[in-house]
Amino acid sequence: MAHAHDDRRAETAEQPELASGDRLAFVDQYPSAARITRLCFGVSFSALLVGAVLGIVQALHRTNVFRGVIESSDYYSVLTGHGVLLALFFTIFFLSGAFTWGTTRSLGRDLPSPRFSMAWFGLQLGGAVAVATAIFGGFVGQVPFEADVLYTFYAPLQAHPLFYAGLAAWLVGTWLAGFDWIRSYLRWRGDNPGERVPLQTFMVLTTMLMWYISTVGVAVEVLVFLLPLSLGLIDSVDPLLTRTLFWFFGHPVVYFWLMPAYFAWYTILPKLAGGRLFSDPLARVVFVLFLILSTPVGFHHQYADPGVAEGFKFVAMTNTMFLLLPSFLTAFTVVASMEYGARRRGGSGYFGWMKALPWANPAFAGMALAGLMFAAGGFSGIVNAGMNINSLVHNTLWVPGHFHLTVGTASALTMMAVSYWLYPQITGKRLQLYGLAQVQPYIWFIGMALMSNAMHRAGLAGVPRRTAEPQYDQFSFEAALGSIPEMRLQIAVGGTLLTLGAVLFGAVMLATWFADRGRGRLRVDSHLPEPISGAEDSPRVLDNFKLWAAVAVVLVAIAYGFPIFSMVADGPFDPASPPVPVGVVDAALGLVFG
Amino acid sequence: MHVHRFERIWLVAALGMIVLFVGTVTYGAVVAGYGMVDAEGGQVDSTNPGASESFRDPGVYEGNESGHYDVYVETRRFAFVPGTAEPIRVPAGSTVTFHVVSVDVLHGFEVAGTNINTMAIPGQKAVVTAEFDEPREYGLVCNEYCGEGHHTMAGTLEVVPRSEFNATAEVSA
Repeated sequence: MAHAHDDRRAETAEQPELASGDRLAFVDQYPSAARITRLCFGVSFSALLVGAVLGIVQALHRTNVFRGVIESSDYYSVLTGHGVLLALFFTIFFLSGAFTWGTTRSLGRDLPSPRFSMAWFGLQLGGAVAVATAIFGGFVGQVPFEADVLYTFYAPLQAHPLFYAGLAAWLVGTWLAGFDWIRSYLRWRGDNPGERVPLQTFMVLTTMLMWYISTVGVAVEVLVFLLPLSLGLIDSVDPLLTRTLFWFFGHPVVYFWLMPAYFAWYTILPKLAGGRLFSDPLARVVFVLFLILSTPVGFHHQYADPGVAEGFKFVAMTNTMFLLLPSFLTAFTVVASMEYGARRRGGSGYFGWMKALPWANPAFAGMALAGLMFAAGGFSGIVNAGMNINSLVHNTLWVPGHFHLTVGTASALTMMAVSYWLYPQITGKRLQLYGLAQVQPYIWFIGMALMSNAMHRAGLAGVPRRTAEPQYDQFSFEAALGSIPEMRLQIAVGGTLLTLGAVLFGAVMLATWFADRGRGRLRVDSHLPEPISGAEDSPRVLDNFKLWAAVAVVLVAIAYGFPIFSMVADGPFDPASPPVPVGVVDAALGLVFG
Repeated sequence: MHVHRFERIWLVAALGMIVLFVGTVTYGAVVAGYGMVDAEGGQVDSTNPGASESFRDPGVYEGNESGHYDVYVETRRFAFVPGTAEPIRVPAGSTVTFHVVSVDVLHGFEVAGTNINTMAIPGQKAVVTAEFDEPREYGLVCNEYCGEGHHTMAGTLEVVPRSEFNATAEVSA
């Protein structure tokens, strides 16, 4: 079989010293890890494409541009599919693939047991398929599945048991994946006592520790309450408690979306810009901060909840604001690394150096544009975090406007950009339809700029999120900035461009998948140069995972211990709400309007 | 550990901003007196909140002080009671405390374009107080997904001139 090689001229023509020698592509060095990464990416991209098509249906439906695809009562099945497929499966299958690649590459050893890796992949896939079946069963009247409970699945709305069972299986799959990477690290540690943990592996391990801590919340919610409720084993739950358990997990999950992007911005982007990472120690500090601060903030999603004392909300608000710190530090490092690269490429001037960046390289352009949009998303997030001003925007269209900048661009566009660079390495195939790949990040960026600015402004007018027809008989919304029809138009056009962007990405990946192997060099260079300031400059305590995990657990206990205790103290199922199964709504509608 | 001078400046500036943000929120809570929705409403019966002492039959009630009104609102799939079938009416120049409960699933109680915006969670009573100076009509929206008819759940809040507000007819006993 032909082997694929790096192309040193691809990204580092101007600085030959940054390129490596003539090295084999990842797929030929580590075939097992490459296979798992390919499988994960395949599921991830499929989820992206389906989710994106659901997205345009929603964008056109809720703006009343075109309502011919679905009934408004089916909008919520579409919305559940969009949320679950994109927020959970597109992102986290990508993470599973990228982290498999990153640990393997940075530790320099293939996966310990290909069979075990296939097992966790299979469990994740099986769970995801079960969840998707439960959701899309909602469109087919003849099947008993129904799960239009949205991605937050708040009780006492109740989905089919398959939805919860699938979620649980998928979650266990992610836990086993983390175990796989940890095991690989421990074996490496056995062979390399005293060495600093390679940066990518460090990022994977801190992210997974955060994931283990935070998923306890959703695991308890699903296994102790929602799955038994949907099976009829218990007859009621406490909606405030299950909602609190959800958000125990629901905020850290956004960092689970974001960490693969940070991982790429720190370790791949500087090199694509033509330079190297500014500081390895600061990158470690950032990931440690995310590990310890990601979970004790969940109550900032519950600022508007009755039954939660203001003091607990205040603690969460303070933690949330301090969680800005690692993102501020990242903004510095990313921009500094890019500027360093640009100046090496001959750029000059205060801002003029930006012209020297490789904007025609889709991997670079996607990541840089994603980072730029993340800055805007960060600022709208600060508004969300401010617990008094949050009352103005809570559950309005402002909120999806915000997270389409963060998960929908910072994470999603970075993941697509990484794929342009990484997919050739894990397949040994040259990226096809390169011209389409080059314009795709810009289409995404423009589409998101249109859609998101309009969503933010509509939210300020009070237009709610998660609504099939936000046009009411009783009153109309008054826009403070712009007009409601103009916002609708921007949302519809932006949503259309975004779906187009996802389809273009899918076309590039599909064409590459079907291309022949061994047709010359890969047009990417897999070598990642050493940071300007290396790990040897940082205190060893940064690599003490046990310490940081313990600090994280203590902070979680402080933020959550008393509130959860007080919710459980009156009985874990009280105040008791009986389930309200979705799909038996006709009776309820008749009750109100009959 | 070596940290570049620019990065140290940035770090200090970022920390300063964070402290400033926390400070503004603290100022809003302590000095400006912005009251969050919190646990003061206590618990109610999840499916029959009217059976609980802290909740009255849905409607508008005169408060303990003059110019104060209490509005008891039940949210249910897919209506505000009152609010949807008939508007909530309060006089201008009043201070209104909304007591909001749900009888079935999670709902939102949002007065569109204002910061009156709370969750309605079965088993809990949300309490929000607001001042209405001028006569105006506001939209009421459920902003938390509650089922397949969610988009039909809306209503109105009418702030009417004092002269048009007939307390004997419009205030529940």
